[in-house]
Amino acid sequence: MRSGSVTVGETPTSGRTARRAPTGGRGSQRLRRRRRLTVLAFMSPWIVGFLAFVLYPMISSLYFSFTTYDLTKPPRWVGLHNYWLLFTQDPVFWQSVRNTLWIICIGVPAKILFALAVALVIVRIRRGAGVYRTIAYLPAIVPMVAAGLSFVYLLNPSGPVNGILGALGLGKPLWFGDPHWAKPGLAIIMIWAAGNTMVILLAALLDVPKDLYEAADLDGAGAWARFRRVTLPLISPVLYFALLTGIIEGFQYFTQAYVASKAISGNAQTLGAPQNSLMFYGTWLYQQGYSYFHMGYASALAWILFLALFAVTLVLIRTSRRWVHYSGG
Amino acid sequence: MAVSLPATLSGSDAKTRSGPPRRSTRRFLVGVANHCVAIALCAALLVPFLFIIGMALMPDREALGNGLIPHHLEWGNFSRVLHLFPFWHYLGNTLLYSVLSTVGVVVSSLPVAYALARLQWRGRETVMLVILATMMLPTAVTSVSLYSVYVNLGWIGTLKPLIVPLFFGDAFSIFLLRQFLRTIPEDLSDAARVDGAGDLRIMLRIIVPLAKPAIAAVALFNFLYTWNDFFTPLVYTGNNNGAWTLTVALSQFTTLQRGSLYNLQMAGTLLFMAPIIVLFFFAQRAFVEGVTLTGVKG
Repeated sequence: MRSGSVTVGETPTSGRTARRAPTGGRGSQRLRRRRRLTVLAFMSPWIVGFLAFVLYPMISSLYFSFTTYDLTKPPRWVGLHNYWLLFTQDPVFWQSVRNTLWIICIGVPAKILFALAVALVIVRIRRGAGVYRTIAYLPAIVPMVAAGLSFVYLLNPSGPVNGILGALGLGKPLWFGDPHWAKPGLAIIMIWAAGNTMVILLAALLDVPKDLYEAADLDGAGAWARFRRVTLPLISPVLYFALLTGIIEGFQYFTQAYVASKAISGNAQTLGAPQNSLMFYGTWLYQQGYSYFHMGYASALAWILFLALFAVTLVLIRTSRRWVHYSGG
Repeated sequence: MAVSLPATLSGSDAKTRSGPPRRSTRRFLVGVANHCVAIALCAALLVPFLFIIGMALMPDREALGNGLIPHHLEWGNFSRVLHLFPFWHYLGNTLLYSVLSTVGVVVSSLPVAYALARLQWRGRETVMLVILATMMLPTAVTSVSLYSVYVNLGWIGTLKPLIVPLFFGDAFSIFLLRQFLRTIPEDLSDAARVDGAGDLRIMLRIIVPLAKPAIAAVALFNFLYTWNDFFTPLVYTGNNNGAWTLTVALSQFTTLQRGSLYNLQMAGTLLFMAPIIVLFFFAQRAFVEGVTLTGVKG
């Protein structure tokens, strides 16, 4: 399927060269200019958008990060002061870094593994697979605010989940009432709503050529060997995509942490409740920028986030060749 | 002779190759086992919805207790929520944001995707890379300074900062449309070109009708995204609750009703989820195909 669509996409080149070749002289120059104008016209929404909503704000936020700026007075240059404050004087910053790393290193992999497990079960079913796929995808479309509020109820100490756990004699954690259980609570929401990842993994599994399994079969490979040697390499590009997007989302984790903290504390000033266990990088940045209006400090936070994300993405892309298997380019 | 994927994956074939009857029984049992696991998984994913519905229908007295199933269904909870806060007003804001920005995204991203997929020009691949890179850019890097721009424009506390930027091309939508437009055979546009049609005409008359599924996916994704979006409205509408969307209003629920009653909160949550779930059941294919298109064909 995949290689098919790529070939179709590439064929136009020959058609275009054929079209360009016969014209020559002054006519071709005019044509070329017209073509350039066409491209410019079609690209213009993005060009304007990129300059106004990406490039300019990036440059000015880099500038703000070296200033103190509270929106009422013009920004005042303070050099590296914000960065120095962050790394040496701000314990909440380090707490938010640890919490964010927890989500990236535990929450995101758990979500991907769950999605893979669901996809591996559904791919083996022929009759009624559509129904299962729909149900497994459904939580992914539930608004994050709604999911956050719902799980604060579902995971409240005397709520349904603890009712079931209690009936099974498994103990009743306080979930969002206990700093140690708050993040696992958020991870449960993440896993529950893994439908997007499940769908792309399922599509990748369905694309694995059946004759490869037959060949592995003839070689006497067991179920695990087949998974390890056939399935895993062939779905590795999609696993890689899921990991990359998951990490990018993890770095910016915000909505559910905000909603959960707020629902239990009922007060915007105590984001991160209980005891900063839900203070993520995104929440801290939000609080600095839009509650305290420390725009310079928030910009410094944003740039550290950007650089960290950039570094991690670069490492992932560089090392991907070692474990991501691309068939036919 | 392994015919079907499910059987070959099940790990049963290598040794049972000899006897066909045993093999089919085995395959049947494996199939049943698969269905059982799948049903259990789906039940686990659906159970939260049932508890939410159950809580939404509980009378106040029961909601304060520990019961999980309502003994008396209180349908009035839904209308109480509607009166608890200006629900229809927030719904209007949400729709304004979702509908206008979806129109903006489609209208602005389509020509860009067309230029990237169907026109040959120098630097095209570089621009595509830049667009992909902006998808990975953390929103925080731009939103802090955009906030100060919007302050100066007097846009804070309105819906403008949410809608206007989406009229200038959205990276994700451009990417998705471009992936799809690349698969449309060039012969069709070539034929139109021979007949003297310009690119605008080719795009509107030939490409748009053929790209309807991709356009529908982009529109749906954006509608869903904006309907669910929380961060942008939270930041830019700020303290002006006249401009709040439903997501922001819902997140303030516990503060709004003073003392939280889970039954009303869940009723409000359900009212908010319902349109999206209905939309999903009508447009399931477009959703699932869109997700697949971005993840696999990327």
